[in-house]
Amino acid sequence: MLLLGQLAGCGRAQLQPAGPISAAERKILLDSIVIMLAIVIPTIIATLGVAWWFRSSNPRARRQPDFVYSGRVELIVWSIPALVIIFLGGIAWIGSHDLDPAQPLPAKAAPLDIQVVSLDWKWLFIYPKLGIASVNRLVVPAGVPLHLVLTSASVWNVFWVPQLGSMLYCMSGMAGTLYLEADHPGVYRGESAMISGDGFADMHFDTEAVRRSQFDAWVASTRSAGPALDDAAYRELLHQSVPPHPYTYRAVRPGLFADIVMLKLPPGDGPRGGVANVQPVGLR
Amino acid sequence: MTLLGRLTWQAIPFHEPLPLFSGLGVLITVVAILAWVVAKGYVPYLWREWITSVDHKRIGVMYCILASVMLLRGFIDAIMMRTQQVMAYDAPGFLPPSHFDQVFSAHGTIMIFFVAMPFVIGLMNLVVPLQLGVRDVAFPTLNSVSFWLTAAGALLVNLSLVIGEFDRMGWLPYPPLSELRYSPGVGVDYYCWSLQISGVGTLMTGINFVTTILKLRAPGMHYTRMPMFCWTALASNLLIVAAFPVLTATLAMLLLDRYVGFHFFTDTAGGNSMMFMNLIWAWGHPEVYILALPAFGIYSEVVSTFSCKPLFGYRSMIYATMAICIISFMVWLHHFFTMGAGADVNSIFGIASMIIAVPTGVKIFNWLFTMYGGYVRFRTPMLWSIGFIVTFAIGGLTGVLLAVPPADFQLHNSLFLVAHFHNVIIGAVIFGAFAGYTYWFPKAFGFVLDERLGKWAFWLWLIGFWVAWGPGYVLGLEGMTRRLQHYDVAEWHPWLVVAEGGVVIILLGIIAQIAQIVVSVRTREQRRDVTGDPWDGRNLEWATASPPPAFNFAVLPDVTDQEPYWDMKARAREIGQLTRPEPRYEPIHMPRNSPTGFVTAFLAVVTGFALIWHIWWLVLLGLAGAYATFVVFAWRDHDEELIPAEEVARIDRANRAARSAALQHRQLRRETQRESAE
Repeated sequence: MLLLGQLAGCGRAQLQPAGPISAAERKILLDSIVIMLAIVIPTIIATLGVAWWFRSSNPRARRQPDFVYSGRVELIVWSIPALVIIFLGGIAWIGSHDLDPAQPLPAKAAPLDIQVVSLDWKWLFIYPKLGIASVNRLVVPAGVPLHLVLTSASVWNVFWVPQLGSMLYCMSGMAGTLYLEADHPGVYRGESAMISGDGFADMHFDTEAVRRSQFDAWVASTRSAGPALDDAAYRELLHQSVPPHPYTYRAVRPGLFADIVMLKLPPGDGPRGGVANVQPVGLR
Repeated sequence: MTLLGRLTWQAIPFHEPLPLFSGLGVLITVVAILAWVVAKGYVPYLWREWITSVDHKRIGVMYCILASVMLLRGFIDAIMMRTQQVMAYDAPGFLPPSHFDQVFSAHGTIMIFFVAMPFVIGLMNLVVPLQLGVRDVAFPTLNSVSFWLTAAGALLVNLSLVIGEFDRMGWLPYPPLSELRYSPGVGVDYYCWSLQISGVGTLMTGINFVTTILKLRAPGMHYTRMPMFCWTALASNLLIVAAFPVLTATLAMLLLDRYVGFHFFTDTAGGNSMMFMNLIWAWGHPEVYILALPAFGIYSEVVSTFSCKPLFGYRSMIYATMAICIISFMVWLHHFFTMGAGADVNSIFGIASMIIAVPTGVKIFNWLFTMYGGYVRFRTPMLWSIGFIVTFAIGGLTGVLLAVPPADFQLHNSLFLVAHFHNVIIGAVIFGAFAGYTYWFPKAFGFVLDERLGKWAFWLWLIGFWVAWGPGYVLGLEGMTRRLQHYDVAEWHPWLVVAEGGVVIILLGIIAQIAQIVVSVRTREQRRDVTGDPWDGRNLEWATASPPPAFNFAVLPDVTDQEPYWDMKARAREIGQLTRPEPRYEPIHMPRNSPTGFVTAFLAVVTGFALIWHIWWLVLLGLAGAYATFVVFAWRDHDEELIPAEEVARIDRANRAARSAALQHRQLRRETQRESAE
């Protein structure tokens, strides 16, 4: 418990939430731990206590070598765990429905659409309504629900920003829906939670939650410079590589994401696609 | 096409010193051991008494030796991983990703398939027929084939160290990463063929033990008189029979994808990689209980023996065991709540998973009440059991936590998850294996292991486990995902250093265990178990000599109660002599030794290796050889050996004499105690 308390204070991840989803999940996590500790700690103490008290050298212990069955004890040992599980089952049922990743958040503002593509070994974030894209850096406005649609253009990955909440698989040929929100401005670490090959350890990115005005400024500056993401540029992205720096695209070919999901643009070739490309494609 | 398929000199890692030299080291050690065995002239003995043996006790011992050797291999992998993560804070460390990924994959695969499985199956082999009061398993030669196929799989995994590579995506090769497109090397093929070969062995073990327990029991041993370990063994083997074909089929589909261009799991041409995830966990979750249930059985035996009390709530324990057996098949989806199934599906599987905690909790309470009112003796097996209850209570807690879908959304694939399953696999299965190993060692070898070093090993393992994996929970809550070759988060580094310290403590525990064996073997004459019952045991395995004769029991015991041996002993103590007069000894038929298992496994290694490297002519040769072996075995006309009545009498009389002497000694001690009290 002490450990948990300390973590909640200084940790920079799930236990220090920066959004409504992670806050709700942290609550469920801590509640469940406390409920279970209420039964687990007494059980551990009782086990150690009984074992020590009934040590064969203790003359004061009352021996009952024939105590091998008791209906009352049976009733209790079945019902204690059962009651705990009924209680936790309720939490799980309600929590699963309230926090279903595909469930829209109560909207204070219109959600921002973001399409997420995991590639070997980088993240592509497309802002379809804004017509821009970013690699390995997710910039979002704070206080605005994020409507993320996830896919992969290669092997599986898991999109996870611990301080914002739920993780979700990115799978080729499929689109998963995830709603998240950042409450306040800050930089939150994002990563892949699923091994995806040699460059896996580098598949992390910063999620920068900024004020609305700063976000608009970022969109404007992104639109004004950098390469455009057309099919040719996308094919470059498919090669296995780890870009040294995040970068952006000033424009995105409309319908690109749908073509990736529908496999009209085939997924990456893996190691057969050629020599690993370490130069950031957008900066060349 | 060349003669050697895709095998070339490039498969040997000449340019990578680490695998090259470790591989060479292993090779030299193996050659040295073989040379020593040959030079000392032990080959005929080993061939006659062990390699071709179909005796369940010998096979059980060989399983445990295989598991122990592979535990060392898997543990070296663990040290390498922990060291890499200590060094790799903002640095590349000493293992490049391609190598690091193989290390964690090999670690997981070896620890589950070639340590936990053979250890548990080995103990079942050693003990179940003895507890049932019978002479062997239902199919003794098949049992030998099972063992050697498991060993063949282990050998193939280790070959990948020096010839080619191992799989790089963890202990379960998820597609599409494991498909040819993303993993063109031989790593996944090594994985699949090793497990296909050892998986067949495990399935045959399952069939063998289910048959043995259902059809071969001593007269009078009804189901509700079977020792708890036999019940858990039955549940575990039923799970093997039901689940291992799923593993075989799943890996076969992946192999079809890789070898002949099928599209079961590819992400193009209509394949569905999510199906692999479902199928592999339809095997994978029962697998957890295939390992855990026999461990629970071991704890039941140990806690009861060392509390000098029958197991509390015996029937309740049976219900709990069978409930776990059945429910464990209905919860596989909790391994991927984060794949995006709907809230209904997630919560139903979450709640089903939690329900397993109920029978498991019942077991813990029943062990507690078994100790209650007993005479608790803190011998090493009992320490492992109490250490298990404490450790496993926490592991169960984190397990139920992971079964709450919204909590899992923040913990899945993090080090929290990894800490959880190490908590249950080490805390329940490995501790259980060690408890069983210490408990039944005297039965197998006729002398008791050193207690002092055994207790050292226990404390070092227990503390080492918590120092190594306590930080895992913290790291998981700090957002660290598993399998990271390097990282740049400063907060993680100190915890990873602590974890490395834990691994060092466990290493000391392993050294204590090795020292325990060495010391015990050297002083074995002082630690002889002459009566066959060193712990004042309660079940039939203690009713025969240590080590038991090949035929286990000169006369099959008559079972009238749940604890037949304890009753026998209690009556003998009452009347001051053995309860049964010397029986009329008769000759006993025992199955004849057979090299079938060894030859089949040798050919399986050849076939597997040839399949991995696409050496097709060798594949045909291996399969033809295996078929020929089968035919030769099937057409045998001499399959039993007769142990003459005089031999049976000689062996049994010696044990009866020892037991009578012990009984009289006890009687004498009682009387002197009474006199001095008066």
